[in-house]
Amino acid sequence: MQNEFVEARKSEFEELKQYIDTVKNSQGILMQTLQKAQDIFGYLPLEVQQFIADETNIPLADIYGVVTFYTQFTVEEKGKHKIGVCLGTACYVKGSQEIMDKLSEELNIKVGTTTDDKMFTLEATRCLGCCGLAPVMIIDEDVYPKMEAKRVPEILKKYSN
Amino acid sequence: MKTLDNLKEIREESVTNLEMKDVDNAIRVVVGLATCGISAGAKPVLKTLAEEAEIRNMKNVQVVQTGCIGMCTYEPIVEVYVPNHEKVTYIHVNSEKAMKIFEEHILNGNIVEEYTIGSAEVKSKESKDEEEHTSLMDVQFYKKQKRVALRNCGIINPENIYEYIATDGYMALGKVLTEMTPDDVIKVMKDAGLRGRGGAGFPTGMKWSFAAPNKADQKYIICNADEGDPGAFMDRSVLEGDPHAVLEAMAIAGYAIGATKGFIYVRAEYPVAVQRLHIAIDQARELGLLGKNIFNSGFDFDIETRLGAGAFVCGEETALMQSIEGKRGMSRIKPPFPANKGLWGKPTVINNVETLANIPQILYHGAEWFKSFGTAKSSGTKVFALGGKITNTGLVEVPMGTTLREVIYDIGGGCPNGKAFKAVQTGGPSGGCLTKDHLDIPIDYENLTAAGSMMGSGGMIVMDEDNCMVDIARFFLEFTVDESCGKCTPCRVGTKRMLGILEKITQGNGTMEDLEELETLATSVKDGSLCGLGQTAPNPVLSTLKYFKDEYIAHIVDKKCPAKHCKPLLTFEINKDKCTGCTLCARKCPVNAIEGTVKNPHVISQELCIKCGNCFSVCRFGAVEKN
Repeated sequence: MQNEFVEARKSEFEELKQYIDTVKNSQGILMQTLQKAQDIFGYLPLEVQQFIADETNIPLADIYGVVTFYTQFTVEEKGKHKIGVCLGTACYVKGSQEIMDKLSEELNIKVGTTTDDKMFTLEATRCLGCCGLAPVMIIDEDVYPKMEAKRVPEILKKYSN
Repeated sequence: MKTLDNLKEIREESVTNLEMKDVDNAIRVVVGLATCGISAGAKPVLKTLAEEAEIRNMKNVQVVQTGCIGMCTYEPIVEVYVPNHEKVTYIHVNSEKAMKIFEEHILNGNIVEEYTIGSAEVKSKESKDEEEHTSLMDVQFYKKQKRVALRNCGIINPENIYEYIATDGYMALGKVLTEMTPDDVIKVMKDAGLRGRGGAGFPTGMKWSFAAPNKADQKYIICNADEGDPGAFMDRSVLEGDPHAVLEAMAIAGYAIGATKGFIYVRAEYPVAVQRLHIAIDQARELGLLGKNIFNSGFDFDIETRLGAGAFVCGEETALMQSIEGKRGMSRIKPPFPANKGLWGKPTVINNVETLANIPQILYHGAEWFKSFGTAKSSGTKVFALGGKITNTGLVEVPMGTTLREVIYDIGGGCPNGKAFKAVQTGGPSGGCLTKDHLDIPIDYENLTAAGSMMGSGGMIVMDEDNCMVDIARFFLEFTVDESCGKCTPCRVGTKRMLGILEKITQGNGTMEDLEELETLATSVKDGSLCGLGQTAPNPVLSTLKYFKDEYIAHIVDKKCPAKHCKPLLTFEINKDKCTGCTLCARKCPVNAIEGTVKNPHVISQELCIKCGNCFSVCRFGAVEKN
């Protein structure tokens, strides 16, 4: 099965193959392999899942089952910047829902989706464990502690190009 | 390293280095670099301090990172240790403040009082002590704590095995392997009465004794570091602050049950913890504290990490093992228990991070020492992650039997901004909300369960008068609906139906029959689910129904939200006396529901109002009132 995606991403598939070869003989490698694949490709389209199935002899159905079970794995391409708002209890009682609503309004997208220009993906994250800084928003690797809804527009501007 | 004597020699040397005994005018500066510290900006602070010491070529100054110091509100935190002086704790440090601290304190020996913790301390009313404090040790937050699991967090550099050894690290493993039989180890654990800190409170020694006699070609030790409860970060802090304690404990557990292989299943949301674990495992292997023939005893043990992928249910032990095996993390029926048939069908012991962090010290100091803390049925201490509407958010470790009031008021400093305390939520999505009537309960497993909540892993979220308890119940149900693995129908469908009812109530469409329906559903979900997730999912609803029924009734009968949180039940009105007629609200209203002319009081049409709250947030005069 050759398609455009496989052609365009040849070197990435090569990298993934090298990784699989190093772990092939151990038990229970699927989770690690998927995590590695997502690191490399950014997401797990069917082509990547098929490739892992071929290389590891794990049925594609099982792989698809695992990919769709865990929230961290995604089969859709994400935006350039990932915005996460913590909806853990500590952040929630301190008003993180308002921040989420404001982001959703500013970006004009629903939670869990990506803007049409593929710039931003908005997600609700599970507890990030820095509850002392609640409410917390995270964009890519940058953490915004003690966040307020009114700061949303100004912060988004920084990432808009 | 081959003998216990080798380890003791290394320990002597490490103590000398850590306390800088052979250095004149020694100063040790530690910067809290756990996730909260890093998020608050601790990395540039560490860089500034380290660079200053480097530029001036000051061999007497040691600048190191450490794990969680515990007071998250005050991050970034820097502590300065000078031998024979009390340590000084600086809070909210940034690069500029770090420069000043370096110049004043480190170079000239003058404490910068205005940046110390004393400047921010909230003094309790009874405190007659008017003196300004400069050290963390003296503030109310610390005085009632007893640190066992967290003893090294915020003190040693977690990325340096020698600092762990300097604080008696790996001594327990040495003692166990050279002087004790596996049965001796299990006996000490049983005598100590340590119970699982992950939530259920099962006695650890007992768990080990079930796995030990099973014959198998391979057994496993698993460290459950899939800390999923929202608002709980005890395990993250241990892993980031003292990772070697967990490794040492796993090796001890391995020896006790005859396992040679360990896995740490850790959340992928904790990158710093994962990185520090990897560093720690490499260092322990290098010194021969993991690997083949440890301490010449013939005992082999090695550890690998496995990352989760964002599924809460994987904190449940059978689901966790499925995930390590590379499958969907769905729980299975018990028995067989993991001690008989666990990972890949082999006998397996699964212990939580905080549980493990206690073990080296129990073996090193003995069961009696451990039992000297806590209550008869719950020995030792418990770590809580104090969060929500509380003045001192942070990580606290107290002996079992301490009351909720002591934790929330004496240590936590109560609710900020003069708001009234309403409830405390313990045990995460499996726990419940307790009221001010429960504040004098001594904390232990049995007492919290009897009161309708549970110990859980240690999240403790405080809520004040502005939090709506019906909405909190809805929030937790939304979480369990998302996280239910879907295997058991009562959990998969039942929680969804319960959520539907709660949404109906918070939108003002509830009926009194809904409350009965909620209770019936709760019983079915509890009885009909295989694992802890479903069995406890209704708890947040049941406990709020029990203690805050009036709030439910207010939503249903009066169509009011007493906490003024649920928007569909609010009415927005403009106070004529306060309105200046600036027209801002009218311009911001998305449905043109506000009428009025310039400099005259405006009026909101209740028929048109969609209750978005825009007018309330934009009004600069506090004229928009919600009721």
